Amino acid sequence: MLLKLTGLVPLYPLIGCIINGFFGLRIGKNAVGLIAAGSVGLSFLTTLFIFVGLVMTPAEERVFEQVLFTWMAAGDFTAEFGFQVDPLSMIMMLFVTGVGFLIHVYSIGYMHEEYSFYRFFSYMNLFMFSMLLLVMGNNFLLMFIGWEGVGCCSYFLIGYYFEKKSACDAGTKAFVMNRVGDFAFLLAVMYIFYIFGSIDFTTVFHAAPEKLIYDGEVVTIITMLLFVGACGKSAQIPLYTWLPDAMEGPTPVSALIHAATMVTAGVYMVVRCNALFALAPLSMSTVAFIGAGTAVFAATIGMTQFDIKRVLAYSTVSQIGYMFIAAGVGAYTAAIFHMVTHAFFKACLFLGSGSVIHGLHGEQDMRKMGDLKGHMPITFVTFFISTLAIAGIFPLAGFFSKDEILYHALMDGNVILWGMGVTGALLTAFYMFRLVFMTFFGESRVDPDVHPHESPKVMTMPLVILAGLAFFGGALGIPLFHGWHILHNWLEPVFHFDLASALDHSAHMLHEQGRHAPPWSHLLLPEGDHNIWVEIALMLLSLSIAVAGIFGAYMCYIKKPNLPDSLIEGQWGYELVKNKYEVDEFYDDYFVKPTVEGSLLLWKECDAKGIDGAVNGTAQTLGWLSNLARTFQSGFVRNYALLMVVGFIGLLIISI
Amino acid sequence: MELLIFYPLASLCVLFALGVVINKSPVGSAMSLIAMMLGLAGIFVLLQAHFIAILQIIIYAGAIMVLFMFVIMLLNLKDKGEDKNWLSRDKNLLLTVLSGFLVAGVLYKIIEITSSIEFNSPALLPETFGTVRQVGTILFTEFVLPFEVASILLLVAMIGAVVLAKSKVD
Amino acid sequence: MDMGTVPLSHYLFLSATLFVIGVTGVLIRRNAIVVFMSIEIMLNAVNISLIAFDRYMNLHDGQIFSFMVMCVAAAEVSVGLAIIISVFRNKPTINLDEFNIMKS
Repeated sequence: MLLKLTGLVPLYPLIGCIINGFFGLRIGKNAVGLIAAGSVGLSFLTTLFIFVGLVMTPAEERVFEQVLFTWMAAGDFTAEFGFQVDPLSMIMMLFVTGVGFLIHVYSIGYMHEEYSFYRFFSYMNLFMFSMLLLVMGNNFLLMFIGWEGVGCCSYFLIGYYFEKKSACDAGTKAFVMNRVGDFAFLLAVMYIFYIFGSIDFTTVFHAAPEKLIYDGEVVTIITMLLFVGACGKSAQIPLYTWLPDAMEGPTPVSALIHAATMVTAGVYMVVRCNALFALAPLSMSTVAFIGAGTAVFAATIGMTQFDIKRVLAYSTVSQIGYMFIAAGVGAYTAAIFHMVTHAFFKACLFLGSGSVIHGLHGEQDMRKMGDLKGHMPITFVTFFISTLAIAGIFPLAGFFSKDEILYHALMDGNVILWGMGVTGALLTAFYMFRLVFMTFFGESRVDPDVHPHESPKVMTMPLVILAGLAFFGGALGIPLFHGWHILHNWLEPVFHFDLASALDHSAHMLHEQGRHAPPWSHLLLPEGDHNIWVEIALMLLSLSIAVAGIFGAYMCYIKKPNLPDSLIEGQWGYELVKNKYEVDEFYDDYFVKPTVEGSLLLWKECDAKGIDGAVNGTAQTLGWLSNLARTFQSGFVRNYALLMVVGFIGLLIISI
Repeated sequence: MELLIFYPLASLCVLFALGVVINKSPVGSAMSLIAMMLGLAGIFVLLQAHFIAILQIIIYAGAIMVLFMFVIMLLNLKDKGEDKNWLSRDKNLLLTVLSGFLVAGVLYKIIEITSSIEFNSPALLPETFGTVRQVGTILFTEFVLPFEVASILLLVAMIGAVVLAKSKVD
Repeated sequence: MDMGTVPLSHYLFLSATLFVIGVTGVLIRRNAIVVFMSIEIMLNAVNISLIAFDRYMNLHDGQIFSFMVMCVAAAEVSVGLAIIISVFRNKPTINLDEFNIMKS
């Protein structure tokens, strides 16, 4: 019964958006902030109620669908507007609304001096609405609407400071890159409809083993297209360059959209479609390797950046790579676990950096910071806790989630993946602590006339809450002890996949087509036992690697500040890495410039000459013709009479 | 016998019609026109349409042409009518003559076609054909409406003529 | 006897000839009055045609129609000449070529 409240959850932010959008200027800043944060808070409260309701239903029946109305019914195709509440979407809803609420509260303080206060909150609420549609939708089309909606709001919010050209460009870049991914996503949805005749999640995923051949071309194409869409949204290689530029937007935007929620939409989508991915081992490997590659790649760039928000942006790209590693090896629970813990500590890190920037009146370059821990104690403590979490130190949240990903990667047999993951962990620890040391420790390189100060309560409260979540969030998934992994038990029904029967169906379908089924018996080997000693060994290994990274950062930035410069001296690779491997320039030359040139060509030739020429030419011809016709109006009566006679003769001739 | 009457009368009519068109002065044209109408009256008699023949003389030659003469005299057009060599200065002359021939050709063609059907021998006519009594009877029984409308038309024309020609001096 | 009868087509030829002469007169002459007279020639030509058909087919409709034509001709002539007179007051000429105020 509590589950019937589902429809209300996206409704509150939508109402908030409309009220703030239309009446924002009139009702004053306090009211706007109250409505915006309050609507998200109401959503969170409602989500809690729904959560209680879901907990009360027995585990096997925890799928609740609420269809609001049938959106379109055209021939064979029907699309409903309906919500699906199952354990997976429940987790998503909880942390989206929860973290969203905290960020909204923080923004009230951060955006306080802005004139277009109401516009910001209107867009933020619209974003919440779209994100909730995305995670709550019960079919691909509704998810796609949310998908597009968050992309759109991302564009609005990145370009919030629209007087700055760089902000507008960044917004456009984000939107266009997203679009490339969206195109692939749409193709995948259309293909799914073609195969299954429906785009409903339950229908598609139940019918998947019967309609798709294991490791066949069809399912590989569909899943690859879906993954390209996920790459666009979640900023993986090759569609990641928009995310660092997206830091042009205000910091709460970076925290909410580009750390906690929108960029995780891709991971959610892949995890939601696990029934399809499980049938396509090639796609799974692709997902895992691209994730791993991105993780290491972005980490290396993050080591060289000096803008505090850029470092965090690359860190986000890197951590999402980890989530894709997990999804790629089939450890979906680990992916979701890391997503949740990442939301906590990354949001805290971004908000903390926002607090630093706010305290330094707009300074973002780390080379002009230092020794801030005395001036901003609360920010420092929360920031430090979150950094420990992201580096993977026991017993904070990041340790458990990252460790689980690495464990599953190794258990799947993929040593390369595991190696890349471990390298990434080392680099992560290094550059994150580089950030902390440069910002909060050491000598102060702050501009003399800037006086850093602590931020107001409305900004530090969310920081504290998030830091607490980052600290204790690991409790969601404690391994080793059977039954203590809460998240795993919770999510298990969603990821239950009967591989044996799927392979049977596939063999059957291949026989029908007259083809021979390859030997799949090796896939059906029972999983090895959860080896406790391997786990403990791995945990110790990750811990030591993290400590090594921290130690390296300590050496470079506290003990011997000249060490980094002397190491870099003469290294040709450094400039390349600092310029983000010049990927942006590559895209510019090979994709952007040809498109712009082509458009200019089309404009000059086709539009200006061709179409305008045709239209103007017609007008000119008509003018010439009417000039000709003017000579008939001579004013002489006899000419008229003559014409009459000529016409009469003509008629006669025709009739005879 | 009929032929002997018809051909001279017909050629006279054509000659006088040409005279109307070619004559330099309007008075001469008017005179030619009167002569043509008298010739036509003769042809009408030949065609056993006595009433119409009389009407032709009374109305056309008697009233309408007199009106024409009045206006010509009133406007004192004897000298101001045309310049002498209007033939050569008219740009449209060639075109007009050509179209005239063309109209003639077409009409002749029509008549050729129709003359291939019988009607070359006249029908037997009753004694009363074309008399005043006959035509009058038909006019007042079958065609009384057109008759009345025609009288209204004449009334309107009369009023119109008076209004138009009135001098605007006031 | 047949030799003495005039075939219908002869009357129609006469009518056509007179009609063409009338048309030519309308197109060629510049004197408004003479143009009017040419119109009268045309009307008369039509009258001949009507009466001729009546004679050869033993009908009476043509005579009535011819009567109406004469009636209309009378009305038309009176109004037309009144117009010419009133135009003549503005511009003391009846040369049609000089009335080109409607030129575009």
